[in-house]
Amino acid sequence: MNPKQRNRLILITVIVVCVGIAVTLAGIALKENINLFYNPTQIAAGEVPKDASFRVGGLVVEGSVRRNPGDLKVTFELTDGAEQVTVHYEGILPDLFREGQGIIAQGRMNAEGHVNASEVLAKHDETYMPPEVQDALDKAGNIEDAAAPGTSSKPAKGY
Amino acid sequence: MLAWLHRLASPKRFHGLAGFFITWCGWGALVLFASGLYYSLFNSPPDYQQGESIRIMYIHVPAAWNSMFIYITMAIASLFVLVWRIKAAAAVARACAPLGAMFTFLALATGSLWGKPMWGAWWVWDARLTSELILLFLYLGFMALQSAIEDKDAAARAAGVLAIVGIINIPIIYYSVEWWNTLHQGATITLSEKPKMNTDMFISLILMSLAFKFYFVVAVLRKARNEMLEREQNSQWVKEMLGGSDERK
Repeated sequence: MNPKQRNRLILITVIVVCVGIAVTLAGIALKENINLFYNPTQIAAGEVPKDASFRVGGLVVEGSVRRNPGDLKVTFELTDGAEQVTVHYEGILPDLFREGQGIIAQGRMNAEGHVNASEVLAKHDETYMPPEVQDALDKAGNIEDAAAPGTSSKPAKGY
Repeated sequence: MLAWLHRLASPKRFHGLAGFFITWCGWGALVLFASGLYYSLFNSPPDYQQGESIRIMYIHVPAAWNSMFIYITMAIASLFVLVWRIKAAAAVARACAPLGAMFTFLALATGSLWGKPMWGAWWVWDARLTSELILLFLYLGFMALQSAIEDKDAAARAAGVLAIVGIINIPIIYYSVEWWNTLHQGATITLSEKPKMNTDMFISLILMSLAFKFYFVVAVLRKARNEMLEREQNSQWVKEMLGGSDERK
């Protein structure tokens, strides 16, 4: 490698490192804005905007889904393992919506501290398996220990 | 090592070597596509939550992997252009861009089709989807810059800087699901852990992604080789080769 080529290589390395640092700093500064949703814990801590729309993500608490007979109104609780938040929604839920499933709801806080959602999205995790395996796991009753949705190694982070 | 590199990248050597890889990777791609499609459509189970729509994964994930892999290839080729002024590397980088853009678009489009039934939305501005969209814009910017500058060598250098700086987006795409809260789920297949999927699903996915990789090698080398031939059309070795093996002059 002659000196000219070495200088070019050094210059390129310096440029990439500098831009990398700039992007990292911007990413850290914007961390809250890049996050797609708030956790129930953040809502309990009052971190969400009072009069603007925001997203909340969590697992649907088992047994908390209450449907209104006669219309599409539904109420359920979301948890991240530490805190819970109540969500009201009217509309068609995505196919993957079920108890224990990770979901993301967009809406506003109402007077009682509940979320009135205008949109509900289902979040699935990175585990894929055939239905027979899930049945076998259910029968064995150790669904919690196996790679069940949302109960993988880091439940509090993604949901 | 560098002398070896220069000899390897001499237009004539490049032509022969590319021909070798085009032939063998071409057959490889054919076999892998056939077995991969058979596995993913007929020989892998549906998912316990998503049912049959899991099969979108066998196009979506290989396309997304390729979109990042091709970008890294393009950036490394651009580094050789900028530092060592290797012409074959410029041809490879130029050939990478439209292929990378195609796979990025494919990943975004299939992801959108998958997102609507499963998540409930065609598009969400989460970190994974947004950074992948930026990747598409990087490819398009690279192509626009290449064609905006008349002189091919100057164009390759200018676009090369863009390609190398843009490499910062690759770790952002990959780790976006860990660094931020996203709707997109985390990685199923990592180097450190056992894949969180059934073996038949895993085989389908690996076959399809190898098929995509082989296809990329064939396509990029064919395109780069053509460009080199066009560039070198007045040189001695091209004339000899065409005169010797082809009727056309």
